[in-house]
Amino acid sequence: MRLFLPLATLVALLFIASLTVGSTAIPVGEALRGLFGGDGVVPMVMQEIRLPRAILAASLGASLGLSGAAMQGYLRNPLAEPGLIGVSGSAALGAVIALQYGIAGLFGLALPLMALLFALLAVLLILGLAGPRGGSLTLILAGIAISALAGALTSLALNLSQNPYAVYEILFWMMGSVADRSMHHVALALPIMAIGWALLATTGRGLDALTLGEDAAEALGINLRALRLRLLIGVAAAVGAGTAVAGAVGFVGLVVPHILRPITGAKPSTLLWASALGGAALVMAADILVRVILPTKDLKLGVVMALIGAPLFLHLIYKTRREMN
Amino acid sequence: MSLLTLETLTVRRGQCPVVDGVSFQIGKGELIGLIGPNGAGKTSLMRAALGLLAHEGRSSLAQMRASERAKLAAWMPQQREIAWPVTVETVVALGRMPHRPTGAKLSAQDQAQVDKALDRMGLTGFRDRAANALSGGEQARVLIARALAQDTPLLVADEPIAGLDPAAQIATLRVFRDLAAEGHTVLVSLHDLSLAARYCGRLLMLDKGRLVADGTPAEVLTEGNLATTFHIRARVIDTEHGALFQPIDVLP
Repeated sequence: MRLFLPLATLVALLFIASLTVGSTAIPVGEALRGLFGGDGVVPMVMQEIRLPRAILAASLGASLGLSGAAMQGYLRNPLAEPGLIGVSGSAALGAVIALQYGIAGLFGLALPLMALLFALLAVLLILGLAGPRGGSLTLILAGIAISALAGALTSLALNLSQNPYAVYEILFWMMGSVADRSMHHVALALPIMAIGWALLATTGRGLDALTLGEDAAEALGINLRALRLRLLIGVAAAVGAGTAVAGAVGFVGLVVPHILRPITGAKPSTLLWASALGGAALVMAADILVRVILPTKDLKLGVVMALIGAPLFLHLIYKTRREMN
Repeated sequence: MSLLTLETLTVRRGQCPVVDGVSFQIGKGELIGLIGPNGAGKTSLMRAALGLLAHEGRSSLAQMRASERAKLAAWMPQQREIAWPVTVETVVALGRMPHRPTGAKLSAQDQAQVDKALDRMGLTGFRDRAANALSGGEQARVLIARALAQDTPLLVADEPIAGLDPAAQIATLRVFRDLAAEGHTVLVSLHDLSLAARYCGRLLMLDKGRLVADGTPAEVLTEGNLATTFHIRARVIDTEHGALFQPIDVLP
């Protein structure tokens, strides 16, 4: 609880910053007033460009952070991340197919809907492959197989593409971004992500018990099958919907729980909500950086995230190694 | 009153039965040692009895709902796992999970049980240490304390004293004996037959999945049983300090 207030404040501040930083210079007061109505350019920029962008950055970050913490808790492995079950790879494949075959141009939300459809297929496939009672190992293996397949099919689509424009679009989409999204994107993704959050929020007790291993957790009264089902569907909904509207953004689900684990006392249930807030803060910060560093170059969020995430991760490894000695 | 009843409990791995038609009853206030050579089926028997392993036959505990069972029986598996750098107190408090609703804070009664368990295992000074940074033996004591904090009528522990130093081994068995005196029942698998002979009121001897002897240490640890089950020659000597078990040689 000591941590809740600082993290929530950070998220709130970054949300306001995300609303007030952009290519058009708008004074803070006028920008915030613009959110709540009025005519002219400022309310339009605020309500139709910056607000959906800030909401998507925050909810995508929360989804990735929460899912990362849940996956790490379930697999009892600090290297687990939401992409492990193959949902984000499959969602990306759906988007690539939509771009490649012109489905994306049919109507506004065709691309995210295709991505969602493929994310759903991936979940059904992983539930089928990993079986109702399989342990965490079969889950990891099934996830790797599905990710590899989705990756291969994505490459195949690029390989066979005869349309250089589509290839260009696909490459940029895959780098991940929350820029130029509308409130329609928010309306599509946010309810699905919220379902995922709600499901993942119920896993805290089970994840705490799993600290002692699967056998001990079951003897503590945890139904492991139900836990796994809630976890898989929760991660798939949160990450699938996030990837569908924003493309692939890596490292958040891996790095955020890592940073927060020592501060939260490492208890998996505490780490869940802390990572949700931390993820929201990190993605919003990166999305602000994208706009500040190279405002004219359309720098992609996923690229900046990896550039921030990788050195952070290296630092953590270095710190862990020093503590061991 | 019976805490656990097994009727022709059988566990198969493929076609081969690893636990073979085992039946017994466990009442209140007993410290029971489960003994047998490696691969005799001790772990499988305990896991099946707790409903953690698919089986044939009947176990009264396995038939209950998981959440109800967790209030009646605590389980300490052989694999000592503490996945995260949580504090010792946090690990021990996990034992209170079956007794409190989701999200609820530890009640005063929960905290009292946690403190008692820490005290019993001599861990009060370790309360705020990171549990996974402790030595193997210390972690074992933390996990025993975790099972104690569950405060169940039945405690089932799989080789809880393996890897402990002699003082901690004896201290742990004394804690179990005190629990039995308070009316709890402890079912514990052991490889140290001397300690089994000294502290357990009743021994169950398993061999190739079958229950071959059930009774007091003197009734179970006979020269004949030790020869056929453990393939050792050994004596149980009555001394002023109680029964002493002395292995003498391996039989060909």
